[in-house]
Amino acid sequence: MLGCGDRNQEVPMLPSPAATVPPPDGYVVFAKHDCPTCQLVVPVLGEVARHGPLVVYSQDDPAFPEGLAPVDDHALAESFRHDVETVPTLIRFAGGKEVARTVGWDRAEWERVTGQSGLGAGLPAFQPGCGSKSRDPGVHERLIARFGNPGIVSRAVTLDEWADEAEACFDRGWSDGLPVIPPTDERILRMLQGTTRRPDEIVGDIPPNLASCTVEKIAINAVMAGCKPEYLPVVLAAVEAALDPVFTMHGLLCTTCFSGPVIVVNGPVTRAIGMNSGINALGQGNRANLTIGRALQMVVRNVGGGKPGEIDRATFGWPGKIGFCFPEDESDRDWQPLAQSRGIPVGRSAVTLFQAYGVQGCIDQRSRTPEELARSLAMSLCAVGHPRIVESMIAVLLLSPEHYAIFRDAGWDRARIEDGLYEALLRPGADIARGVGGVPEGVDPARAGDLVPKFQRGGLSIVRAGGPAGLWSAILSGWPGTRHPDQTRPVTTEIGT
Amino acid sequence: MSGIRLRDPTSETGSQRRARLAPPSSLQGLTVALLDIGKPRGSEYIDRLEIRLREHGVTSKRYRKPTNTRVAPTDLLQRIAAETQAVVIALSD
Repeated sequence: MLGCGDRNQEVPMLPSPAATVPPPDGYVVFAKHDCPTCQLVVPVLGEVARHGPLVVYSQDDPAFPEGLAPVDDHALAESFRHDVETVPTLIRFAGGKEVARTVGWDRAEWERVTGQSGLGAGLPAFQPGCGSKSRDPGVHERLIARFGNPGIVSRAVTLDEWADEAEACFDRGWSDGLPVIPPTDERILRMLQGTTRRPDEIVGDIPPNLASCTVEKIAINAVMAGCKPEYLPVVLAAVEAALDPVFTMHGLLCTTCFSGPVIVVNGPVTRAIGMNSGINALGQGNRANLTIGRALQMVVRNVGGGKPGEIDRATFGWPGKIGFCFPEDESDRDWQPLAQSRGIPVGRSAVTLFQAYGVQGCIDQRSRTPEELARSLAMSLCAVGHPRIVESMIAVLLLSPEHYAIFRDAGWDRARIEDGLYEALLRPGADIARGVGGVPEGVDPARAGDLVPKFQRGGLSIVRAGGPAGLWSAILSGWPGTRHPDQTRPVTTEIGT
Repeated sequence: MSGIRLRDPTSETGSQRRARLAPPSSLQGLTVALLDIGKPRGSEYIDRLEIRLREHGVTSKRYRKPTNTRVAPTDLLQRIAAETQAVVIALSD
């Protein structure tokens, strides 16, 4: 039986109400009317009852099976307490303890459990049972929450009977401004099913308060963000990446700049959980894209205490600070995915976290050669931060399929595109020096004779994404905090289980 | 009767507000730390302040964080606390 506190231990159960205690010596059967095998064995139950006390718990119809005084178990309390997975389930008790059990209809097995022979004459020798209602999807976790010990150690907040749970989350400051899924025990237990990691494992200290954060706390916030359990390993990896000192989550949070964490996901997990790297990849409509990034930000807000107007001092912020996450399009085998370019082995999944904001479009429908397109993209990339801010910010260039095809068809791979863009982004110092054209912003006039790169080497990352039609690409601008890449830079972390 | 039970998503830690130390009534005889947090042009502000303090006969010592994007390293904070009695921080660009 699965519990939150320790997956290898049985869930301690609350004591049974006296009225439903099974006989200390005799038989218990769990059944449901909706199960053909349960209906098949009704005559057999009568035979069993003649040899000893029999209690039949009915999961769906309190009148079934007729004539055997069934006990209504539509609440599934007894089914849960007896860990029933299949109906019918026959259990024999002796001295108040379970001594034998069988499921479905198997004459030999029923005879072994009851010690009687010739049961069910005229019935087939064998017929499999049906699933217990206590094991319907999502039900088991609800039963643990209701009748067992969920093993969740986070503080319980019991609302007034008439309280609106969604409003209660707003009232307590747990929301980023949008409604959240109320974190009930059953939802948290379901979320924890998404990882093999123990709920009490400490993932790290979340800035700004450097609060110790467990897998359980991340699961709670993932519930609130709207994640499915299978997203949880991605969320955990994103939190770990954000906690890497060189990601500088504290600084990114408290900056007056627009930027926040931007998550790019690579690898098989993106297909497994149904992320969208295609049409409208950066927009609305895909649950995984929209909730994974939100979960990270919820952890920073709720566990770390990082709230706008307090430690978060962004002048404007940007909508992506609610959460911004998308996968790379890895459909072209000639393309080296971002994660592999950053050291993750082929076939593995990873998150890469950037300090970024955006999106700035680059519309070019006339370039036909890679050289033309590189020069054209460079013109748009020069605007990152400010056309005269150089060697300071990072950026992410999202190549659409149609733009990428121009490079691919000419034999340009990731490294060649990066080199081409680096060359195209060398700016004559005389054009971007302070005061030129009456604009004080710019580089030191002493560099007027230099060719100055817009980005430091490695400061421009390329990711493939977007729908099949559209000769435009997208730019995510970075953060001035990355001007010292030895101190602050994007982080890639492999996704575990 | 009670209603739905939720679980607290926060760190469940309370914050304790501590009163600031009263500022010194005079800087005479004290050493003032001038901390450049690493933002652009912070040094220009520190330069001016250093000159003005010297004109008033006040001793100052300069310190610098490796980057503004991180909190100050513990050893830097310990040095400032050990060597000075007041701090001026150049916070912004």
